[in-house]
Amino acid sequence: MAGSDPYAALLASPLGKRLAGSLGLPRPTELRRYVPGEPILDGAALVGGLPGGAESGPLAEAVEAVLRADGIEIGDPFDTTEVAAIVCDLADARQPADLERLRAVVAPSLKRLGPSGRVLVLGRHRGPDLDPTARAVQRALVGATKSIAKETRRGGTANLVLVGPGAEGAVESTVRFLLSGRAAYVSGQVVSVGAVAAGDVAVPFEPVDWTQPLADRVAVVTGAARGIGAAVAEVLSRDGATVVCVDVPAAGEALVRTANRVGGTALQVDVTANDAGRRIAEHAHARHGGLDIVVHNAGITRDKLLANTDEARWAQVIEVNLAAVLRMNEVLLAPGGLGDGGRMVLVSSLAGVAGNRGQVSYAASKAGLAGLAEALGGDPDLRARGITVNAVAPGFIETEMTARIPLATRELGRRLNSLQQGGLPVDVAETIAWLAQPGSGGVTGQVVRVCGQSLLGA
Amino acid sequence: MSRETRTAAVLAGNRIPFARSHGAYAHASNHDMLTAALDGLVARTGLAGERLGEVVGGAVLKHSHDWNLARESVLSTALSPQTPAYDVQQACGTGLQATLLVANKIALGQIDSGISCGSDTTSDAPMSLGEGLRETLLKVNRAKTTGDKAKALIGLRPGHLAPNVPQAAEPRTGLSMGEHMAITAKEWGITREAQDELAAASHRNLAAAYDRGFFDDLVTPFLGLTRDGNLRPDSSAEKLAKLSPIFGSDTMTAGNSTPLTDGASAVLLGSEQFAAEHSLTPLARVVDGETAAVDFVHGAEGLLMAPAYAAARLLARTGLSLQDFDFYEIHEAFAATVLATLAAWESDEFCRTRLGLPGALGPIDRSRLNVNGSSLAAGHPFAATGGRLVASLATMLHEKGSGRGLISVCAAGGQGVVAILEAM
Repeated sequence: MAGSDPYAALLASPLGKRLAGSLGLPRPTELRRYVPGEPILDGAALVGGLPGGAESGPLAEAVEAVLRADGIEIGDPFDTTEVAAIVCDLADARQPADLERLRAVVAPSLKRLGPSGRVLVLGRHRGPDLDPTARAVQRALVGATKSIAKETRRGGTANLVLVGPGAEGAVESTVRFLLSGRAAYVSGQVVSVGAVAAGDVAVPFEPVDWTQPLADRVAVVTGAARGIGAAVAEVLSRDGATVVCVDVPAAGEALVRTANRVGGTALQVDVTANDAGRRIAEHAHARHGGLDIVVHNAGITRDKLLANTDEARWAQVIEVNLAAVLRMNEVLLAPGGLGDGGRMVLVSSLAGVAGNRGQVSYAASKAGLAGLAEALGGDPDLRARGITVNAVAPGFIETEMTARIPLATRELGRRLNSLQQGGLPVDVAETIAWLAQPGSGGVTGQVVRVCGQSLLGA
Repeated sequence: MSRETRTAAVLAGNRIPFARSHGAYAHASNHDMLTAALDGLVARTGLAGERLGEVVGGAVLKHSHDWNLARESVLSTALSPQTPAYDVQQACGTGLQATLLVANKIALGQIDSGISCGSDTTSDAPMSLGEGLRETLLKVNRAKTTGDKAKALIGLRPGHLAPNVPQAAEPRTGLSMGEHMAITAKEWGITREAQDELAAASHRNLAAAYDRGFFDDLVTPFLGLTRDGNLRPDSSAEKLAKLSPIFGSDTMTAGNSTPLTDGASAVLLGSEQFAAEHSLTPLARVVDGETAAVDFVHGAEGLLMAPAYAAARLLARTGLSLQDFDFYEIHEAFAATVLATLAAWESDEFCRTRLGLPGALGPIDRSRLNVNGSSLAAGHPFAATGGRLVASLATMLHEKGSGRGLISVCAAGGQGVVAILEAM
């Protein structure tokens, strides 16, 4: 995929480097991406924050334990050597003066951050248990983290995790994700982690092997023939899941390649068919003995300015991208569909967040999916069964589809983000795989952007 | 030591859409098509990396370099390279005969699973050197000295350079299959109207089957083709009636004869234990099969009438009557083939004198014949047709949940293969 970005290739040459330097052109860095078996960070981490019981807060201690378990060195805050991550725990920040601690921990160390470095800020979910001052202070962390994300260089990211009451034990999968190369293209995001529902089969969650977080899980991925869907199938399979690859019969040839590559099964079904949900659920249960993960990825575009969009084009997009998901969910979220502790991930789009010229129908359908994730994430029945529902909103991702965008528009889409490059399908897939983990039971009803902190809709 | 036989079940099927000759698959080889059909079956059943008992299949028109076609194709698929394979060829009976071979080994407990398959292309057809050129070149090869080699080459004539192109003609009669069929059609008085109606029904039924998603679990697109290239959903007996007769017949046309076609198919069979171990649902069991041949050379019988004989023997052996079936899959080499076979079974005289039966086998319920279309609409890549029939019939029986079906395929050389499947 790197080869499809000629600008990045030019910058890699000596002449390109000189040109970019003297002209002040954006200089994207090749992002650190996850390689199975590698530790979550490629260097030491600094951990600090508001003093809780010990030197740093209880959350920071939990993060330190995770890092140490992975063999990551905890760096010295007064040293000047390069570090791979800065973790700052401000969950107990309640007064404006507490915000100084964020500056004190991050500011002196920001220049020590290596390539694809991570800034991870831990805050407190702004529930009714916090007074207005505390909520204001916690909200301040959002603005601060998003700004730090724009100040990091060389592929660095910054993200904020808001921890709910009683959710201290549920943050590990999210912390691991955001620090690792899996989150290469996730920046400027705020993720809420709540307490894990009682019905979640993953409780208490004790991972045996973090290189196989989806072991023994059965996943269904729609639109799996190519692009992001194929990457999702590959990543879920790599993480241990058995994958049912679904696509329309007409895409069967490419679907076969995906299914055989991941050792899964190919199921040719049009998601708009009335019996699509039933066929998918039956296949997963009959062939693989259950259904734990559903990734609603199938989607189409029929781009036209709204003034030129007729009823048929409009209907196609709404039908495939939104109505079909709702119809399939009648089966997939009912008994006989997703099992207890199940995970559903909807593939939304940045177009649905920010709006996009010429994509009114597409943006409508994708915003609808984000709304669906929020609604289902708050559904008490699903919570009781431990089922989480989240959405990812990809920004500019290098696929066959975006390769067809005219050059100038494509270059703009690629560069208008904090990482100054397009993401890869695998970046979206990694994010979905994190949300699909048994250990991510505290994350539900969220819309996570995979956009390199795009300027659009920010 | 004797052993009980066990059930050999059809577990799944896959084929690529069939393409008209020199159409979508003009540049695809048998190896390409067979690999695609096998890989699609592996993906549908989730058998990537598995070692199966055996893969059995072949092609009728085969390049000399494709001598190990089945095994070479297996090596190109996602199956374990430890899966053995061998080639078979019985003209248009290849696919069905391969299914019987795999089923028999499963029944005997020699293998637990296997794939029967077939592929054919008339686009990428093999051509051979003319006899004169071939003999000259062999003579050159045998010559020891340069002088002798030069002497041998002098024997070459311009006419030697014309290649041999495969013909659909019977080597012993010089007549094409269509010309043979025309003789039989005339003998049985098969009308133009009946043939056109059968052809129209084939297109209508195949199109309806695609529309209701019947082929979602049976067909995988290939090289951009998503449905059979020969399918004409809007075909009708009236439109077909406008075509001119061919093969020297008054009734046979390009519309009620199968066109030359490219394609491949594959069927997964296994024991019930294999199915359970792999969470696969058995669709139908292979009950029995029979192959017959007739003496068409001396005019004693029509070239494509052997299935009538094979079916009679199979019915006698299984104690079934011709009416004991819920589905009849009679390969439509020509519309007239199907109609002549049905007429023969209905004929008291034919059944008594030719089949040695006390009387006619009788008529069948025509509403149970080729209900999801057959070769006239789908096309007929010779060795791939058997797999298409077996997989479709097994799926129909499983959908119905009970009953049995009869498959009948005629083949060159005056041969015919029939088989019975039963719902599971």
